[in-house]
Amino acid sequence: MSQSHRLPAGGRIDRSRSLSFTFDGTRYSGHPGDTLASALIANGVHLVGRSFKYHRPRGILTAGSEEPNALIQLGLGNRTEPNIRATQIELYDGLTAASQNRFPSLEFDLGAVNDTLSPLIPAGFYYKTFMWPQRGWMTYERAIRRMAGLGRAPDGPDPDRYEYRHAHCDVLVAGGGAAGLAAALAAGRAGARVIIADEQAEMGGWLLSEGDTEISAKPAVDWVEKAVTELAGMENVTLLRRTTAFGYYDHNWLGLAERVTDHLGPYAADHLPRQRLWQVRAKQVVLATGAIERPLVFGQNDRPGIMLAASLRSYISRYGARPGKALVVFTNNDSGYRTALAAHHAGIGVAAIIDSRAEASGPLPQSARAAGLRIYEGHAIIATTGRLRVDSVRLGRLAASGDRIEGAGFGIPCDLVAMSGGWNPNVSLFSQSRGKLDFRAEDGVFVPGQSFQPLRSAGACNGVLSTADCLAEGFAAGAEAAREAGFANRKPAALKVTEPDCPAAAPFWLAPPEKPLARAKCFVDFQNDVTAADLKLAVREGFQSVEHVKRYTTTGMGTDQGRTSNVNALAIVSATLGMEMPAVGTTTFRPPYTPTSFGAIAGRNIGALFDPVRRTPIHEWHAAHGAKFENVGQWVRAWYYPKPGEDMHAAVNREVKAARTGVGILDASTLGKIMVKGPDAAEFLNRVYTNSWLKLGIGKARYGLMLGEDGMVRDDGVTVRLGEDRFLMSTTTGNAATVMTSLEDYLQTEWPELKVYLTSVTEQYATITINGPKSRELLAALTDDIDTGNEAFPHMSLREGTVAGVPARVIRISFTGELSFEINVRASQGKAVWEALIEAGAPFDITPYGTEAMHVLRAEKGFIIVGQETDGSMTPDDLGMGWAVSKVKPDFVGKRSLTRSDTVREGRKQLVGLLTEDPKEVLEEGAHVVQVALQQPPMAMLGHVTSSYYSPNLERSIALAVLKGGRALIGKTLSVPMPDKVIKVTVTEPVFFDPKGERANG
Amino acid sequence: MRRYSILALARNALGYHEGWERAWRAPEPKPEYDAIIVGGGGHGLATAYYLAKEHGITNVAVLEKGWLGGGNTGRNTTIVRSNYLWDESAALYEHSLKIWEGLSQELNYNVMFSQRGVMNLAHNLHDLRELKRRAHANRLNGIDCDFLSREQVGEYCPLINLSPDIRHPVLGATLQRRGGVARHDAVAWGFARAADARGVDIIQNCEVTGILREGGRVTGVETSRGTIRAKKIGLVTAGHSSVLAGMAGIRLPVESHPLQALVSEPVKPILDTVVMSNTVHAYVSQSDKGEMVIGAGIDPYVSYSQRGGFNVVQDTLHAIVEMFPMFSRLRMLRQWGGIVDTCPDASPILSKTPIEGLYINCGWGTGGFKATPGSGHVFAHTIARDEPHPLNAPFSLERFTTGRLVDEHGAAAVAH
Repeated sequence: MSQSHRLPAGGRIDRSRSLSFTFDGTRYSGHPGDTLASALIANGVHLVGRSFKYHRPRGILTAGSEEPNALIQLGLGNRTEPNIRATQIELYDGLTAASQNRFPSLEFDLGAVNDTLSPLIPAGFYYKTFMWPQRGWMTYERAIRRMAGLGRAPDGPDPDRYEYRHAHCDVLVAGGGAAGLAAALAAGRAGARVIIADEQAEMGGWLLSEGDTEISAKPAVDWVEKAVTELAGMENVTLLRRTTAFGYYDHNWLGLAERVTDHLGPYAADHLPRQRLWQVRAKQVVLATGAIERPLVFGQNDRPGIMLAASLRSYISRYGARPGKALVVFTNNDSGYRTALAAHHAGIGVAAIIDSRAEASGPLPQSARAAGLRIYEGHAIIATTGRLRVDSVRLGRLAASGDRIEGAGFGIPCDLVAMSGGWNPNVSLFSQSRGKLDFRAEDGVFVPGQSFQPLRSAGACNGVLSTADCLAEGFAAGAEAAREAGFANRKPAALKVTEPDCPAAAPFWLAPPEKPLARAKCFVDFQNDVTAADLKLAVREGFQSVEHVKRYTTTGMGTDQGRTSNVNALAIVSATLGMEMPAVGTTTFRPPYTPTSFGAIAGRNIGALFDPVRRTPIHEWHAAHGAKFENVGQWVRAWYYPKPGEDMHAAVNREVKAARTGVGILDASTLGKIMVKGPDAAEFLNRVYTNSWLKLGIGKARYGLMLGEDGMVRDDGVTVRLGEDRFLMSTTTGNAATVMTSLEDYLQTEWPELKVYLTSVTEQYATITINGPKSRELLAALTDDIDTGNEAFPHMSLREGTVAGVPARVIRISFTGELSFEINVRASQGKAVWEALIEAGAPFDITPYGTEAMHVLRAEKGFIIVGQETDGSMTPDDLGMGWAVSKVKPDFVGKRSLTRSDTVREGRKQLVGLLTEDPKEVLEEGAHVVQVALQQPPMAMLGHVTSSYYSPNLERSIALAVLKGGRALIGKTLSVPMPDKVIKVTVTEPVFFDPKGERANG
Repeated sequence: MRRYSILALARNALGYHEGWERAWRAPEPKPEYDAIIVGGGGHGLATAYYLAKEHGITNVAVLEKGWLGGGNTGRNTTIVRSNYLWDESAALYEHSLKIWEGLSQELNYNVMFSQRGVMNLAHNLHDLRELKRRAHANRLNGIDCDFLSREQVGEYCPLINLSPDIRHPVLGATLQRRGGVARHDAVAWGFARAADARGVDIIQNCEVTGILREGGRVTGVETSRGTIRAKKIGLVTAGHSSVLAGMAGIRLPVESHPLQALVSEPVKPILDTVVMSNTVHAYVSQSDKGEMVIGAGIDPYVSYSQRGGFNVVQDTLHAIVEMFPMFSRLRMLRQWGGIVDTCPDASPILSKTPIEGLYINCGWGTGGFKATPGSGHVFAHTIARDEPHPLNAPFSLERFTTGRLVDEHGAAAVAH
């Protein structure tokens, strides 16, 4: 349990408490304030993972979210999470972590055979082989897939919960380091509503790691504490820790992912979500996302124990850990010396500082010299050794050109290498916002250029290097953002900062390795194992666009999106091509900034809340009476009502018969209902329906077909005229919203001159259909102000009055061919009226019927269902419904298409009936009909069965079909070839029952 | 062209891989070609390849305004299948699928066509009816298609949430076992290399800015690298088809929309097939690298911007997490968008145009990747012979005048 590599003092950890955790089954301890990475380092553990392709041993490269190597399987079972960066995992007691992508163990990984094979498998090798035999790829692929991947997916459903927050603010500050805190202070003091988000547990950014920096003559962390306290005290400021601004979308809309309980492990309170997705619309944005240190590319630069220089300072100063005993620093800038000095002061032996520059003369190198540290100017690391951890570096003197070594190389033993290649402004969010990047040649960095959204970059992400400048830019950006958002403010006084001077780096992109480049393993992308040689190979093979290089070599395609590799890769490609870096370009930074849980993005909109459930006002009655339900779009509809002992077939037969012999009752509330109002309402209907509407009398109902502009049937329904300028339109259940949208579209964009107003009233009314010879008697029993007589209340008309004591619109229409009334009442009264009808219907043996019986009833009559008999390719005439199309109207939607050559040609599919030879045989809906069934496909198909049922009234099966030239085939015998048999069918008229239509008028 | 093989790799390993030649040349554009293909995506490169291979027309240039395969070829979710409803579509996509089955060998470039099966889920009675109709049609067209019961879905893909109590329970599925996924970039590169080997000039960073015509026929194009003449020009520019056709005075019945996709971080293999659902609107497969590759629906507005709204990504992940509850803790690694050119009938246009010598291949909407080799094959025929191949005759521009549409909205994976 001893933390062998913990410094005796210092750091922002709480040494008074110990936390126990396991890594690969071994128990270790750490302190609150540790990350898993810092705790492992404090326990002397450097080897934490294996690389993606070559399975090379890898350690901890960074101290932040840019970590490419130290990817960890965190937790167990359904709660396990793969690929979590050890540098972002806050330690809690009992934490369980494991390494990934190794078998059987991290120390001994069979996958490392790939490393041995590496000469054979350079970038893109898989495009050149695995092609024999033709089907062989399926076998190769299985093996390759097993080698690939990183961690494991959870074992089962996620037990945790996620939430959304929607927020607006005046100023959103992304990043809580020096610049971000300053910006938030300036905007907050001005009174603007500010949200400041930082991905770490503590605000402060790099200030938490720089023990040698003072602000206003006090340690920098004191200023951080003061700033955070001040911000926390402002009501207009929201401080979000552990919150990553991951996506910058259009119109200053940003996505923030807050990790609410991840750091608490099992100790999280139940009421808290695991993560929270903030969806923020900001008037102004200040990006203060800092900078990311650049690794140096040299031979075998990937061994455990090799890390970024500033990250090493962080482990020493912020976490009080001692990552090694003998340090070699490799740098192209003065900040490497800062690390060497920090290590030296912490008691870590500094074996050498290797500087690629011919001369290092700044204050930091001078201090290092004064401290007696060995400095090799004009040198570079040309190789490293060590199996599971670096144990020495080899270096050599650089020629003046920088691209080769002069003289013999020599070795220096060490167990720790810190490298610094300068700093890349972290421009991911800026780039996501569509901002253009400018290239700064002096230190080879991309900085924010022109932006296209109301934002400003401040601090290190803007290319600024010193803390003083970061603070100044932060204050200025916050103040400007607040001013732009309408909050006047004064310029804050500059703060006095004391810190070592670190001028910009001198670009040094590739240290000439000791071995030939192709064998030297100079890694550029650590996670995806892309080397400098791979990049040069890609260029050699003609993959010269930066996007081609990326896709061919996979550089920058890892879970870190190339945070530490992209600029190095670009520089090496540019140098190989002999072009300037900006001419080669940069790849697109895509959201999210760091990987974001699907769960957080999905929020609560899963399970019961995935899609709203729409139930009719009478639903409870159906459920209480044993109905089986079916989903129709979002609606849940009663499908059939089995009595004890009945199967579906028996129940549906009973319901169908009852609706033709006595009285059946159907809940039709799901039909779409649109109130069409306005002086031009009739004209509007005249344009959207195929038939004529101008002269429809008040109180009359009419069936209408709606076409698409292509002339194909899109919807149908009955519309009644309630008044001179008022119609109630009904649509099919599934199309209600689509119809509403398209009608609005026509009104708003095509015919703005029409004075028509549409209101969806689907859910305002309950619709109950009573159907069958006894329906009139039933209706009469429940109304005393509607004359239900055949002449007084003819077919296709409307009467308003009361039914069961409540106001009702009753429409005499029929979807079954029987005498039928549709009773519309207020939704809130639907269930009461339904129950009254059931009670009053008892003497007639009233039978509730569901959608299945409704389908059988209408199919017996050959009535179509849009979406079943139609599929977007049927005209009214194809359906035998030419009667519903006006020949005299000047125009209606789809009219022009009805005279196109294909619409009027012979041989179009037409609606017909089918009768099987065996009356008991019910065809499968969707089965296809052929002239003659062949032994083998292909077979020319005539069309397909659209509806098929057993009809208890006809005591045989019936089917509807759409067949090419169907009406000419009536009387012919055709075949339906099924996988196991061929079914003979005879083509008939599509109306099977009461062809003259007398019953509905009775 | 030097052939790729394991032996070639071994030989080159000895030479530190310094002996590999360019996959394709980078020639300067010539003043004139026999044919120009505008658009260096998969379809354009395949067209050029088949012009050279099948029709002996090798004096061909492919003009690409950016980098090869940088449009939808490099942005799609790589699904390949041929289980389309209508005879016309089924024949075209099946033609393509058959080419896919030997494409790596044909091109001597491993496009990693993985026939791991494509499953389309049914969630309600309407879905069942439609999928059965499609399955029967496929069977009678000689295209493999199995219908799976709910239990069989569970056996084939145990990860799917099969609970009968979820909002849209799975009732069954169709399965095309010959369907699968491929490595999208490799398709562009493989065709480019093979076309180049047959003499085709592939010219990147060459933007077409005008289409030259004389007396009702094309004579060449204006480009950012000068005028290039040709008597035959094929436009294969996907989301920008309307723009290019507009340069020739042709108005296309095409709308361009953003279509988004995303991947998770890579994990060890858990999903061995492609799962698609129209009703809950999710489709997903696992790449060889281990990422879950997930496609969204199109953004409803028209745009030429290769980015869409985050709400569409959210809706997609609602569906994914609903269908695969164990994916909730996976993390989105990258999201991106492309521009898809959609036709009113959700079928492509592979056609001659009213201008002599000008041909157009577009309108693939959300599903063009799977058609890449077949589309190139028949389009090359159309250009070379100045008449459509029988397989693409139904996909002419005239159909929007005659009304002979091939309405595949039901069969398209993505709701239009």
